Amino acid sequence: MTKPAENGMAEASASAILGQNAGPLSRAIGRLRGHSFAVANLLMAPTMLWLLLFLALPLGVILVYSFGGRGTYGDVIYGFSFDNYSRAFSPLWLPVILRSFGFAAIATLLTLAMGYPLAYFIAVYGGRRKNIYLILVMVPFWTSYLIRTYSWIVILRSQGVVNTLLQWANIIDQPLDLLNTPFSVILGLTYGFLPFMTLPLYASLEKLDKSLIEAAWDLGASRIWALLTVTIPLSIPGIIAGTLLVFIPAVGDFVTPDLLGGPDTLMIGNVIQQQFLAARDWAYGSALSFSLMAILLLGIFFYVRKVGTENLA
Amino acid sequence: MSVFGRKPRDQRVRAKGLRAFVALVYGFLFAPIAVLVLFSFNDSKRNATWQGFTLKWYGALFGNQPVLDALWLTMKVALIATVIATVFGSLAAYALTRYKFRGSSMYNGSIYVPLVIPEIVFAVALLSGFNVAGIGLSMKTVIIAHVAFMLSFVIVVVKARMAGFDTRLEEAAMDLGANELQTFFYVTLPFMLPGILAGALLAFVLSFDDFVITFFNSGVGNTTLPLKVYSMVKFGVTPEINAISVFMLLISVVMLLASYKLQGGAPTVVTAKEPAKE
Repeated sequence: MTKPAENGMAEASASAILGQNAGPLSRAIGRLRGHSFAVANLLMAPTMLWLLLFLALPLGVILVYSFGGRGTYGDVIYGFSFDNYSRAFSPLWLPVILRSFGFAAIATLLTLAMGYPLAYFIAVYGGRRKNIYLILVMVPFWTSYLIRTYSWIVILRSQGVVNTLLQWANIIDQPLDLLNTPFSVILGLTYGFLPFMTLPLYASLEKLDKSLIEAAWDLGASRIWALLTVTIPLSIPGIIAGTLLVFIPAVGDFVTPDLLGGPDTLMIGNVIQQQFLAARDWAYGSALSFSLMAILLLGIFFYVRKVGTENLA
Repeated sequence: MSVFGRKPRDQRVRAKGLRAFVALVYGFLFAPIAVLVLFSFNDSKRNATWQGFTLKWYGALFGNQPVLDALWLTMKVALIATVIATVFGSLAAYALTRYKFRGSSMYNGSIYVPLVIPEIVFAVALLSGFNVAGIGLSMKTVIIAHVAFMLSFVIVVVKARMAGFDTRLEEAAMDLGANELQTFFYVTLPFMLPGILAGALLAFVLSFDDFVITFFNSGVGNTTLPLKVYSMVKFGVTPEINAISVFMLLISVVMLLASYKLQGGAPTVVTAKEPAKE
């Protein structure tokens, strides 16, 4: 059925079969009977061309850049050396990389700790108001990350909401240094990406067959035991998707450390931005970008394989 | 209203704890937004304490020419980029759901690539690409960049809609004498349309709110609203920024509600945001 032409079927029956899974466009466009392959590629072409020109090739450019060096006027001198990479992982900059991954990991765990109960509540106890609860999660998801980050400046700065309230209540005399600390950066990352965790978790918990949980209860499992051995293992696809959707953008984030951070909260995103826009060492910035992407992709690969296969077992 | 039939004694207690926790999480999600809205009406430049209700920050906003210029540019970019991404993305989504062809899994995988690349890497790669190609940064490069990251979102949303399509409807139309084009325009396309519009709304919001990719690819003088907000924040917190923020929040919320209506109350966008597992 998938390859009628190879089976040597008559043209008529081939197109009749294609008619079931090929749709009317294939027959409309130039009457390409039996040529659904060509039509499908034609329909894909604009998207793939765009992604090739404005994603794949640019990534190739920064890969080439990353082996080059900085010219006198901030231009890139092509070459083939690993200097930029050894610099990225040198004792001077390694802490920045480690901090980025550390902050992102903490933020991911915090969003999981908040997002899982939230998603579980909506999926199981949402009832008729399920859609309202979901929309409420999606409102921050649809609104500007920049603005949501900015709102924490209003709350945390020394004349901000928290300090004003605490001083008004005579709990503190001097404003606390809440802004421009690791605390404010991790808080900002957690807040910014919480919807990214909650939504896939919800999608996964919603599809979960509730009778399996009931069966666990009937067989004598306690609530906690059923949660740990039935619900959570069955929602692992959602946990994988959620952690990736939070961790990936959090590691490379530059808005949050830029607006909420200070000199001791520099993350990879800040350094990449500095190299491209201030120091104009594009070669080094490219090496950092590529290292970030390579570490992430490798990490994703092993993470999905490990957690994913455990899930299947 | 519980989904579960059996209610052991501790369920009410546990659900109470869960409910309290969930209320706190919702509080965490909305407190910053509430603060922004509240202080955008506060009659105080320092805006840490409540000094009375005012609309003057909104008035100042609509008298601020650079902000209005930025708004106009943002709208133009978002509209053009949305049209391009929606047309191309819908075609691709149609191909990916209606055809089983060699290479479709490769295509399926590659449309998720933009979703798993850190935004800043995407941004500097495009900047480098434009530089190598000798293309000067302008409004055009911003639009090109926006389309590149919006395509995946449009495809994912339209695909989600197409997954529920009953192909027998097309056969029925043709059995009843419609030709191929008629079938497509009177049966298939109307079914796709809510998904296409929902994808377009999401794409518009993504473009309208985008900061990182625009920041690197806009060049001098092409200040979109998020770039304007960023530079204002860098100078210090002012009530005007709160007013712009509330205005931008409002646009996003209206778009979200419209998209929700279009999708018949089932927020497809949610599940669709999972990375590829096909």
